[in-house]
Amino acid sequence: MSLSCTSLGVTRGRRAVLSGIDFALEPGELVCLVGANGAGKSSLIRCLDGLWRPGEGEVRVDGEPLPALTRAQVARRIAYVPQAGGETMALSVAEMVALGRAPHRGQDTAASRGRRIEAALARFDLQGMAARAFDQLSGGERQRVLLARAFVQEARYLLLDEPTSALDLRHQLEALRTVRELVDELRVGALVAIHDLSAAARFADRLVLLERGRIRVAGPWQDVLTPGHLRAAFGIEARVGTVDGLPFVIPAQRA
Amino acid sequence: MTAATPARRTAAFTALGLLLVCTGAFATLHGVQHMPLATGLKAMAAPLLPAGWLADIPPSYRAILLTLRLPRTLLAIIAGAGLALAGAAMQGITRNPLVSPYTIGISPAASFGASLAILASTDGGAGSYAPVVVAAFLAALACAFLVLGLSALRGVTGTVLVLSGVGLSYLFGALSSTLQFVATEQQLAVIVHWAFGSVNGATWEAVIVTGLVLLVVFPVLAAHGWALNAFAAGGDEVASSLGFAVARTRIVVTVAAVLVTAAIVSYAGVIGFVGLVAPHIGRLVVGGDHRVLLPFSALVGALLLLLADMAGRMLFAPVVVPAGIVVAYLGVPIFLHLLLGRARHGA
Repeated sequence: MSLSCTSLGVTRGRRAVLSGIDFALEPGELVCLVGANGAGKSSLIRCLDGLWRPGEGEVRVDGEPLPALTRAQVARRIAYVPQAGGETMALSVAEMVALGRAPHRGQDTAASRGRRIEAALARFDLQGMAARAFDQLSGGERQRVLLARAFVQEARYLLLDEPTSALDLRHQLEALRTVRELVDELRVGALVAIHDLSAAARFADRLVLLERGRIRVAGPWQDVLTPGHLRAAFGIEARVGTVDGLPFVIPAQRA
Repeated sequence: MTAATPARRTAAFTALGLLLVCTGAFATLHGVQHMPLATGLKAMAAPLLPAGWLADIPPSYRAILLTLRLPRTLLAIIAGAGLALAGAAMQGITRNPLVSPYTIGISPAASFGASLAILASTDGGAGSYAPVVVAAFLAALACAFLVLGLSALRGVTGTVLVLSGVGLSYLFGALSSTLQFVATEQQLAVIVHWAFGSVNGATWEAVIVTGLVLLVVFPVLAAHGWALNAFAAGGDEVASSLGFAVARTRIVVTVAAVLVTAAIVSYAGVIGFVGLVAPHIGRLVVGGDHRVLLPFSALVGALLLLLADMAGRMLFAPVVVPAGIVVAYLGVPIFLHLLLGRARHGA
């Protein structure tokens, strides 16, 4: 069982956005996708959720090719957590979370849906906010709502597109810890596109480093975040190490 | 502002429903020829009542009620509800609060069709109404399909839909202006009069046609409540990731909204603002969940247009100000009041 792609390639206009990507996400692992702006992180996430159709290669979820499934079938297996921006035309927190049940609406009764939403609100510390307008929440609260929506979607795979980029340090930590808990507790597979290399190294089981649409290196953070790879992928000279067991990456200067 | 609780929603629906029924009855019974409530109700129910009861009802009352007032009230309700419904759906699907059924060019296109029919008719459009209605409807549909076709070429996204609509609005606006430029003074008067949207001179035919279209379109749009929420929550990608067939949903919703708008515009002319403002009022009162918002906006739109028509007919009687004009006078203050009220609560 996995969410996987083989020799995946995407071309937009004349530019190869992704090429020759082989990747598999297993249930129960947290993988962080790192790379410079424009390296193809968001593109890969979109392809894995079937939002973009790749020009080459294919994506399979638990053995079945994505195009063979309906969007609702895909949504019951893969949840996508976008960046927490944008207006939502006055939807409340409870209504945003309820949308995670949309792919299951054929099976849900109003009561069972209500119970799941209640449970999710409690789990993500959103009680008492159910009736508030999503647009009025802080960045950290929005992120928790989007995670709660993915939680009630009950998918086996989670794809998160830069979940921490709009958050302060404490909320970044909380968001990633929440994802880690979901992975460990529910055995979901999570792929997180992220810029913060130190946080990626700390929370992920393994890292995938993209460089201009190709996977440069993948594996444990000690193998991926080497000065050589960082110089090639980001154009920086970096200091990498650990303090009290916590990994850090400090960009020192341009390469 | 906190969004609405279920209890508040039920209360809002009940209050608005009652208000609509009372206003409808009042509007039907009041006018140049005033009727006592009991007599008016009896006259309306006349076909159902035993003949003995009818002795005290002047036949003219029945004629006024059944051929003038009742169709007018019903058309105002249907047109208001339909335009508001289409507006709420279009705003949700494009995730753009400035969109109304007219944003994709339906009204300039309908005006163009109507103008063309008025120019082509031998009596300057004064006597024959049917060709004008048909021409307006066909032009509105043609415009809508052009917009959808253009968007399909570029990928049916909200932005492309709105932008091609803006472009075609200008095209049809220019075409209409050209026709007005070559029209005779008499024809011009008819064209301008048509363009002021109004339920003046409503017929049973108008009520039945628009009513049937609304009856078909409402369940179609209501069935897409979840999908519209998903679009509103995060646009195409989020809707798709939540399991909705994005392109198909957008086309079904847009076509449904266009059909009901085109039918209404063809009979009532251009009644702006209801489709834009009623969904906003709805959102401020019951929140953004389209499963609730769609029916509630329809009620708001119906009440707005009914009040506008009643005010336009009574304030300066015997001069009748078209409802399309009055509705802006009525809706803008309500809208601003709600908007500023929301801003005070920190929205």
